Amino acid sequence: MANVTLRNVRKTYPGGFEAIKGVNVDVGDGQFCVLVGPSGCGKSTLLRMVAGLETVTGGEIDIGGKVVNQVEPADRDIAMVFQNYALYPHMSVFNNMAYGLRNRGMKEAEIKARVEEAARVLELAPMLDRKPRQLSGGQRQRVAMGRAIVRQPKVFLFDEPLSNLDAKLRIAMRVEIRKLQRRLNTTSIYVTHDQLEAMTLADILVVMNGGQVEQIGNPLAIYEKPATTFVASFIGAPPMNLMSTRPDEIKSQLGGAGDAGILGIRPEDFVITDQTPAGGVALPLTVEAIERVGAETFVYGSRQQDDKRVAATPGELPPGEIIVRIPGSEAPPIGQKIRVAAVRQKLHLFSGDGRTRIEA
Amino acid sequence: MVEQEGFRRYVAHIVLWIGIAIVAFPVYVAIVASTQDNALIANGQMSLLPGGHFFEVYYQTIFVGTSGSTREPVANMMLNSLVMALLIAVGKIAISIISAYGIVYFRFPFRMPIFWIIFITLMLPVEVRIYPTYKIVADLHMLDSYAGLALPLIASATATLLFRQFFMTVPDELLEASRIDGAGPLRFFWDTLLPLSRTNMAALFVILFILGWNQYLWPLLITTRDDMQTIQIGIRKMMTTNDALTEWPIVMATAVLAMLPPVFVVVAMQKLFVRGLVETEK
Ligand SMILES: Nc1ncnc2c1ncn2[C@@H]1O[C@H](COP(=O)(O)OP(=O)(O)OP(=O)(O)O)[C@@H](O)[C@H]1O
Ligand SMILES: [Mg+2]
Repeated sequence: MANVTLRNVRKTYPGGFEAIKGVNVDVGDGQFCVLVGPSGCGKSTLLRMVAGLETVTGGEIDIGGKVVNQVEPADRDIAMVFQNYALYPHMSVFNNMAYGLRNRGMKEAEIKARVEEAARVLELAPMLDRKPRQLSGGQRQRVAMGRAIVRQPKVFLFDEPLSNLDAKLRIAMRVEIRKLQRRLNTTSIYVTHDQLEAMTLADILVVMNGGQVEQIGNPLAIYEKPATTFVASFIGAPPMNLMSTRPDEIKSQLGGAGDAGILGIRPEDFVITDQTPAGGVALPLTVEAIERVGAETFVYGSRQQDDKRVAATPGELPPGEIIVRIPGSEAPPIGQKIRVAAVRQKLHLFSGDGRTRIEA
Repeated sequence: MVEQEGFRRYVAHIVLWIGIAIVAFPVYVAIVASTQDNALIANGQMSLLPGGHFFEVYYQTIFVGTSGSTREPVANMMLNSLVMALLIAVGKIAISIISAYGIVYFRFPFRMPIFWIIFITLMLPVEVRIYPTYKIVADLHMLDSYAGLALPLIASATATLLFRQFFMTVPDELLEASRIDGAGPLRFFWDTLLPLSRTNMAALFVILFILGWNQYLWPLLITTRDDMQTIQIGIRKMMTTNDALTEWPIVMATAVLAMLPPVFVVVAMQKLFVRGLVETEK
């Protein structure tokens, strides 16, 4: 049981590339922290620094009140689950889980008890004698989990542990991991680029971009009040619609707030209507494409003008295209002109460079 | 394989059988000759059917040796060859796996220059550096010893390269998982890397054992005593320049015996590496 605190952590790789540019995160005891961000933003680097697999080139990493910058991975009292599981191919499932304990000189009886308990929890008991290659992907994933939990470490570290599983299993394992973590109440740091995983697992969500933290907080709070346009477009699927407030059509509707620069509206906050809610925004659209998912339908519409002044960031739509989410499967036909509107409370306003949120 | 029409398949088979016959015929002649009477062979009247002297010829070859020339029982030659081949094969594997481990997994000054130096020794086989090597071995008083036979042949760039290539395919995460599991460099090597290299080691062992067994030039130079000579040297010594004095059945029996250990190693290890290939790790 321990806090993990990162103080102004930096990483410059040999060769001069600065992968982490000063990160501050505080994960409380027993909390589940998720690092999320696009590929290459430094999530794995940061996690591996906590594990002790990468050197820290600036700042401090503190686990349970002790600065561990110079401590060997084995002595940090952490356990890590790797994306490719990194099971020892030549060892049985039992030995895979027992290896770390044996290296610590634990009594064989105690090892057996711990491994069997973990195997029971993870439903691996019938497979203890098998080699990793005789297991399915999901079972291997559970062995990797088992290897982490038998250690009873202060901190679990996960680097995209579910990304090699198929969609269904991923959801099942996601729930498993969360349940297990709740029960063991072990501080955890979890890396993913899947924003759905991030939203569902996190107590604390850390959104990273380009080696920096964009926003930290409760996932729902981040969803409701993204601090930057990057966060706005990264968290939530499909992404938030971002548009310039410049066109007169929008500016006039927003009144004074029209100076903000960028307006964001989530697809689900639009309704198709001919009315314009007071203080809200209404847009005329031409329906370009329809995606029916069953319970909901996504309408892709284009605005008449093409405004290219808001640059596309990852996950964002090309300028001028708007996604509207409507419940059910009823949708207007392609080519039809519609009007969509969002109420005042659902508008997100950002400064022109997208770096700050403006509360209207 | 795609089923071929009858005629072409027969042609293919006939060609293959001819190939086998060409390869196998000398072996057959050696076996047959080793069971016949020396006088018959010396007269050029050797028959192509086995003779009746199998037991006496082999008994004499293994335990007594020729009556002229070297007079050393072949059992002893085989022992020498075996010790040398095993020392070379095991030594080469041990040295090269350790040096490959050092080069792949440790950052130390001049790592790459050292790697290139090892690489360059590929261009210096024993034949090229034979005089200085002989001088060193002689100065160390290792002539006529197993150490002298094996040591100079142990350093191996090829095997080092092979292990280096293999280690580079082992995922980094295994090392990282080991570090988190509290295994130091030696433990990682012993507990993870060695077991994973098993099939590579088996394959190399077969190749290196045969290489060591068939050494000719080096043992010829550094062994002077008959009781230290290897079987390959022994065969050569048995054949005196005067054809009539050569005890051909014994020479042939020795040749047949010389073939057995490599055949045995190939057959025995083949099982191991086929199993290794089937159960591909990772
Ligand atoms: N050993 C290294 N040397 C130099 N640069 C590196 C090294 N490892 C990673 N990087 C760089 O650091 C940046 C962050 O890499 P990192 O692996 O942390 O990304 P990530 O957020 O985990 O991405 P992904 O989601 O694709 O796994 C990348 O731009 C990468 O190119
Ligand atoms: Mg990564």
